[in-house]
Amino acid sequence: MYKLFLRSLISVLFLLGFSLNANAEFKVGFVYVGPTGDHGWTYQHHEGRNAVEALGIKTTYVESVPEGADAERVIRQLAQSGHDLIFTTSFGYMDPTNKVAKDFPNVKFEHATGYKREHSNVSTYSARFYEGRTLLGHMAGKMTKTNTIGYIASFPIPEVIRGINAMTLAAQKVNPDIKTKIVWVFTWYDPGKESEAAQALIDQGADIIMQHTDSTAPVQVAEKAGVWSFGQASDMQRFAPKSILTSIIDDWAPYYVERSIAARDGTWKQQDTWHGLKEGMVAMAPYNSAMGSDLVKEVEQLQKDLASGKAHSFTGPIYDQKGNVLVAEGAVADDGMLAGMNVYVKGVEGDIPQ
Amino acid sequence: MSFDLNFIGILIGAIMASSVPLILAASGELITERSGVLNLGVEGMMIIGAISGFALMVVTDNLFFAVVGSMLSGLIISLIFGLLTQSLLTNHVATGLALTIFGIGMSAMIGKNFVGIPGKEFPLLFVNLKESIPFLGPIFFGHSIILYFAFGLPFLTNYFLKKTKTGLIIRAVGDSPTSASNQGINVTLVRYSCILYGGAMCGLAGAYLSLIYTPQWIENMTGGRGWIALALVVFATWSPIKVLIGALIFGGITILQLHMQAVGLRIPVQLLSALPYIMTIIVLVVISRDSRKIKLNTPTSLGQIFYKEK
Repeated sequence: MYKLFLRSLISVLFLLGFSLNANAEFKVGFVYVGPTGDHGWTYQHHEGRNAVEALGIKTTYVESVPEGADAERVIRQLAQSGHDLIFTTSFGYMDPTNKVAKDFPNVKFEHATGYKREHSNVSTYSARFYEGRTLLGHMAGKMTKTNTIGYIASFPIPEVIRGINAMTLAAQKVNPDIKTKIVWVFTWYDPGKESEAAQALIDQGADIIMQHTDSTAPVQVAEKAGVWSFGQASDMQRFAPKSILTSIIDDWAPYYVERSIAARDGTWKQQDTWHGLKEGMVAMAPYNSAMGSDLVKEVEQLQKDLASGKAHSFTGPIYDQKGNVLVAEGAVADDGMLAGMNVYVKGVEGDIPQ
Repeated sequence: MSFDLNFIGILIGAIMASSVPLILAASGELITERSGVLNLGVEGMMIIGAISGFALMVVTDNLFFAVVGSMLSGLIISLIFGLLTQSLLTNHVATGLALTIFGIGMSAMIGKNFVGIPGKEFPLLFVNLKESIPFLGPIFFGHSIILYFAFGLPFLTNYFLKKTKTGLIIRAVGDSPTSASNQGINVTLVRYSCILYGGAMCGLAGAYLSLIYTPQWIENMTGGRGWIALALVVFATWSPIKVLIGALIFGGITILQLHMQAVGLRIPVQLLSALPYIMTIIVLVVISRDSRKIKLNTPTSLGQIFYKEK
């Protein structure tokens, strides 16, 4: 019985492999952590996919894939079913991506926001979201009346901590009295929890709500409570037209198009990409005129300076919570330090969960 | 943390709002279980209620239809469970689990076209009283009508089960379907009604999430609340009032732990996140120590298939 089962399994696999070989069309796969309709993180990756599809390249996507064991199964399946290039679009797919890449040397992998490139067919890419956070911090520092900024954080990884620090530094520059209150929700996407966190921060006196989670729930809570907020990953303005000052927009489309063409034409090479305002991978949604034309002008100037390199989000002197120097006066933090950031700067309340 | 009275009032109001779906779903399931039927499909019925309510709100632009529709759809999906377990005599546990899986998948499919649409504002009652009376205002006023209903429901349920004839019949069916049947009670009919009632309440609980609490449709938005409601019924030893207490504790600690974080208390966040589950179980176990009462409240035939020989 067992042998019979094994034999039929082998023949099925053989047939499957044969049919796949026959179909050698160039295909690109995408793995998303949330639903394409989250109007945040995944939505923007999906827009990038649409741009690739518009070139006439065949694409497949799998949405709402949990980070962990399930992710490896999904990535493996995409690789097995003849996809030549696979974008895995969440930090938690880092190890699964590298694991699958080892078994499929002919398939190219692109992992978003990670740092592990264990095999030559794995590239990583991310955006300098912290540049956007610097702009948010500037606005928050100017707009707050209670001097309290509420921050909904997802997971204690460098990307999130970097955002908290960049925001706090910029806010302190324009308003030395500000305090950043942080609530960790340990999820990228749970509207119920995110809105409870937003409400708790507002009840604690925050009149600015900022999120590093993907749903539109926090900005909706902010709108109802009459406090300011910022959209995340995508322009969330229509969910909170009065409350949103601007949104940080992730624009993956040009990168996805460039890499897909490179893979198709055989010029794809391993690389580590970290683009920001300059290259347009980070963009800002229109600024809310409610903050006054002077402030809008200031922020637009700062945006230009960050893009041109005249200003940097992490310019010294920067101190950690205990007062130790992280970046000396006049210096700027290098990419290595930014990539591994795991301490809060002075002025942030609480500890980083370990 | 500012500890003025008004702030505590606001906090209590937020805690009440967050426990509504648990109270509704658990009260419905409690009636179902008291008739001897174990329906593990709570999560599935809730999510179906959530999507139907939201979809109807978008399509008809009428919140009344949306709320009633969500209850009807919860009822319809529980009818499937009823047909399978009562008429075709399938296993309760397996059928209930299947119902949850079915509900989650089905709702995601229906919901495809409703993702990313902003919800409509649900009318809140006595908003001016909420703002003008300190402390008591935010506790008692400025809520949706569904919240007031939810907080009355456990008391109604308690009265219904203990003091009315229909309540007695339901308990009799749950304790010994054979004797009840011999007394001339139509066990299958009673159980069908209880299943449908439970389904309607779960549907309403889901609609509360998608219409009022986080007014939008999101895949899987019930986020396991159905399972918590199920656990509440058991830990509350089938007493409606204890279900209410349990739901409030759970909602309360969920909200409080977020506040503790915002204040910057140096307690490990992971521990804080686990607190609601731990505390709810501890409190309910402590207040339900009386084993005689537990025996009295437990539906003896829970989950057993009843078949009347003809």
